[in-house]
Amino acid sequence: MSIKLEHVNYIYEPDTAFPVHATDDVSLEIHDGEFIALIGHTGSGKSTLIQHLNGLIHPTSGTIYYNGKNIADADFSMKELRSKVGLVFQYPEHQLFEMDVFTDVCFGPKNLGLSEEEIEQRAKDALEMVGLDESYYKQSPFELSGGQKRRVAIAGVLAMKPEVLILDEPTAGLDPKGRDEILDQVAWLHKNSHMTIILVSHSMEDVARYAQRLIVMNKGKVMFDATPVEVFRHYKELETMGLAAPQVTYIAHALKEHGLDINTDVTTVEEAKKEILRLWRQRTC
Amino acid sequence: MNLIKIAKLIFEYAKYGEDGSVVGTSRAIDNVSIDIEKGSFVAVLGHNGSGKSTLAKHLNAILLPTEGTVWIGEDDTKNPDALWDIRQRAGMVFQNPDNQIIANVVEEDVAFGPENIGVPTRDIWRRVDESLKAVGMTAFRKKSPNKLSGGQKQRVAIAGVMAMKPDCIILDEPTAMLDPHGREDVIRTVHELNKQENITVVLITHYMEEVIDADRIIVMDEGKVVMDGTPKEIFSKVDQLKKYRLDVPQVTELAYELKKEGVPLEDGILTIEELVDALCQ
Repeated sequence: MSIKLEHVNYIYEPDTAFPVHATDDVSLEIHDGEFIALIGHTGSGKSTLIQHLNGLIHPTSGTIYYNGKNIADADFSMKELRSKVGLVFQYPEHQLFEMDVFTDVCFGPKNLGLSEEEIEQRAKDALEMVGLDESYYKQSPFELSGGQKRRVAIAGVLAMKPEVLILDEPTAGLDPKGRDEILDQVAWLHKNSHMTIILVSHSMEDVARYAQRLIVMNKGKVMFDATPVEVFRHYKELETMGLAAPQVTYIAHALKEHGLDINTDVTTVEEAKKEILRLWRQRTC
Repeated sequence: MNLIKIAKLIFEYAKYGEDGSVVGTSRAIDNVSIDIEKGSFVAVLGHNGSGKSTLAKHLNAILLPTEGTVWIGEDDTKNPDALWDIRQRAGMVFQNPDNQIIANVVEEDVAFGPENIGVPTRDIWRRVDESLKAVGMTAFRKKSPNKLSGGQKQRVAIAGVMAMKPDCIILDEPTAMLDPHGREDVIRTVHELNKQENITVVLITHYMEEVIDADRIIVMDEGKVVMDGTPKEIFSKVDQLKKYRLDVPQVTELAYELKKEGVPLEDGILTIEELVDALCQ
């Protein structure tokens, strides 16, 4: 299972006085089982890019291959692509509409024309994956907390049994604990269900903690595509793109400027703690 | 001098059954008393559903107390005759920038408020000029709001409140939908208004790093005020904050972890400089 983009361009409102080049010659490949974070300031082309990945929009030019097949081919099954690549939009809880949680999660698989049994099994599995037990099934989704609503919405996508799960800022508006819970759940899905994860985020701290690969977009172009450690070495360039490194990376650089022999490749609190303690115990600090 | 006085505030929502009848009540604010000093910068933290937004909506009479009283200056928010006065003195900025902008041109959007309260045209333009300048958006005054970034839209929304010449701005998660750059711009703007124009600020947020420069932090849980102090006092209590589903800035967490391992550091380190100074002494 892989998605490959070759020279993908997307232009909003072409042939008008205001064409907007939302993705500009993007080439990249997404492999099975990766945990990728996609970062970039508002308007950098992130959302346009992810909508290409399940065929919601088609490139103005360039080609997208799903498992080696060109998705623009006449015999390509768009329906299959959309069930394999699940997209959780921003504020997905706004898309909840059914009377109870269980029925809402059933909606997607029902549209696949599956048997009643299979539909219910999928809904149960999906709700279990997001950590909502049977006591929630008959509750109205509108009476749940913000974090719980969001889980129901994510379960609705998981019930489609996607191989790739794309989440567009899944933690926006949640409290710190709620953010950790959602991301821990996503990490669990990645590890245990071997799902490929693409996480769009504005939190450098979160992407450093969870992602294996970081794709940085600016003005529709891919500026960096590497591990978080490698990308955050370029923190000064990230700042010119309206981004930053995690706070601990700045701490490491500040300590280095004070003459400490610290490894500045730290991106999480855990790593920074280890590195500073190493120095502390050598009493060079 | 106190600008806002909240005394024994209780607010209850009615719960409805399937047939639409009231089946009970749910208490969102539970006996809260807070005084907010004029010119201060107060941050309110609390997890989703802790009552922060419900509290904020009492500050300009969008919601009225079930029990207890809220005063803005001399005015009781329950007094209908004082409503216009209260809304002019305490302005709100909400989370979603797109829900708050109504005009097709930035300057017209900012003029909307004063126009509605019958300010003479020449004064409206002066207020628009001043407000846009105060939030650093003068260069965009003739632009269409939908061509702006989220952070810029929020600053236009803040200018719209400023044009009402308020004493107080209440911001309910104004940065939740913004990227890091936009977040920084909005928070910086709010601090400038607080310092330069002496506007009282009540900032509700889920981002811990946005509140380290506040004068005071109030933490809410289950509709009650559970912590109230300076950022240093509040962020010294890492375990307690985590119990309330909150967090601390990364630098504070790192210092806390290092201290647990025996590195002699004081509690409640809030900035990179503080930590670096402490480590390199």
